[in-house]
Amino acid sequence: MSAGAITMLVISILVVGGGLVASAITLIRNPESEED
Amino acid sequence: MAREQWGSRVGFILAAVGSALGLGNIWRFPGVAYENGGGAFLVPYLVALCTAGIPLLILEFTIGRRYRGSAPVAFRRIHRNAEFLGWWQVAIAIVIGVYYAVIISWAAWFAYFSIGQQWGEDPETFLMAEFLQAGDLYDFGTWLPGLGIALALVWVATLAVIGAGVKKGIEATSKVFIPLLILLFGALVVQSLTLDGAVDGLNAFFTPDWDAIRGPQVWLAAYSQIFFTLSVGFGIMVTYGSYLKRKSDITTSAWTVGMSNSFGEILAGIAVFAVLGFLAFETGVPIDEQSYQGVGLAFIAFPAIINTLPYLAGLFGVLFFLSLVVAGFASLISVVEVPVAAVEDRFGWSRRKSAAIVGGGMALVSVALFPTVNGLMLLDVTDYFINNYGIAVAAPASIIAVVWVLWKWKELRDNANATSVFKVGPIWVTCLGVVTPLALTIILFLNVRDLVTAGPDSANAAYHEYQAFGWAVAGGSLAFALIMALLLRRKETPPFMTEEEARDAEEAAR
Repeated sequence: MSAGAITMLVISILVVGGGLVASAITLIRNPESEED
Repeated sequence: MAREQWGSRVGFILAAVGSALGLGNIWRFPGVAYENGGGAFLVPYLVALCTAGIPLLILEFTIGRRYRGSAPVAFRRIHRNAEFLGWWQVAIAIVIGVYYAVIISWAAWFAYFSIGQQWGEDPETFLMAEFLQAGDLYDFGTWLPGLGIALALVWVATLAVIGAGVKKGIEATSKVFIPLLILLFGALVVQSLTLDGAVDGLNAFFTPDWDAIRGPQVWLAAYSQIFFTLSVGFGIMVTYGSYLKRKSDITTSAWTVGMSNSFGEILAGIAVFAVLGFLAFETGVPIDEQSYQGVGLAFIAFPAIINTLPYLAGLFGVLFFLSLVVAGFASLISVVEVPVAAVEDRFGWSRRKSAAIVGGGMALVSVALFPTVNGLMLLDVTDYFINNYGIAVAAPASIIAVVWVLWKWKELRDNANATSVFKVGPIWVTCLGVVTPLALTIILFLNVRDLVTAGPDSANAAYHEYQAFGWAVAGGSLAFALIMALLLRRKETPPFMTEEEARDAEEAAR
């Protein structure tokens, strides 16, 4: 694979995967209120 | 009567992800990215996700939760004259549901055909001449029982899930289907990466063409992809948002749904281009000369690829087509939920009655019209017009009405922020009120121009030829909405409580 392709593959996985992990961590750290 | 709610936040997110992750992720995104700069496309794509996709998800979840109703009820509660916007979205969902189920039934058949590669040496002839017996749009008459029975089964399963309710039906199904999809698709990605030529395919997919993203066309393609992939603009996320608990974190949920969808798309790109690389390696036909999008990719290119696989060919076929079935089914449930919930809410029907009559009516139309020799053409033309001139008009109209005309953005912003970890502010309003409607309007204008000027050899030739039918479908959805809103103008929605009143009523009921 070309260096450009590898870079974009890694960046896309890191950005989207990282965003997904960050949002999941936020949800876990802020559990839903039981009031409802 | 208390409105049904999601049993858990995980259940809601899985259902919303199941809605967003559909056939378009697998068979549209990889081709769009490849045609628009490869790896460089990811830049406009991620910008579009953050400036249009996620802001829209936040808006729709908030409208649903704030006004506690499916699209027509929510818009009626926003303003008496806005109800038609909700019915417009319902009409679009009805049209999409009617044909979307058809593709799932095809994928189910192909999962079966994968065992022993029953499509033979020439998958294209098998698909068009034997399986679909494809003919002209106006070539009515021949109903194909094999296709019809599979389609009827898809509808029975869909209506059973919806009839069971939000928690026991949609949420419970999503909790099984989304992990199953991850498992199936994960296995598919791993197997595809082991093939000869897979690296060449990934190279073609990810190599950035930075010159491409200097032009506006690639940016519009990115906004278009984000817009059509997230199930926004036709009532799904408003309806799902209406089942949220009052204290749900809306912005983080929207972020999770948007990122999950994009992660699925990138994985689909890896799998699809790895196998296209393998096919190029085996046959010597370059990737850009192969079918890499839509029906051609799924039902012609993939069977051809499966035919050439050195090992576990049947398993690969079953994994791919079952992934399509599972992804499509979770999306279909969300699409059919829109009209079922709308009638349930607006007419006070029970869920089962609404599912049986509204969903059953959609099923009858679907089973009568699409398992026919003109089914493929009917599906293709309907899909093109309802997406490009249905959703793409109704969505900006709804956004402009809510943000600019009715000036509800402050109330909705405050409502979302009250229970969310990440707050939204001026950037959200700008993305929603300016960037998204502007991008959608330009896309709409370019699509109309391409359609009207389409020559006989262009990609839009078939749509140009059948545009009378297509405009009738797109225009009919608006006409339906206006008629429904007029008929229901004097019929008030059930009493709508403020958040404080709802809290008091719930406490009193305990």
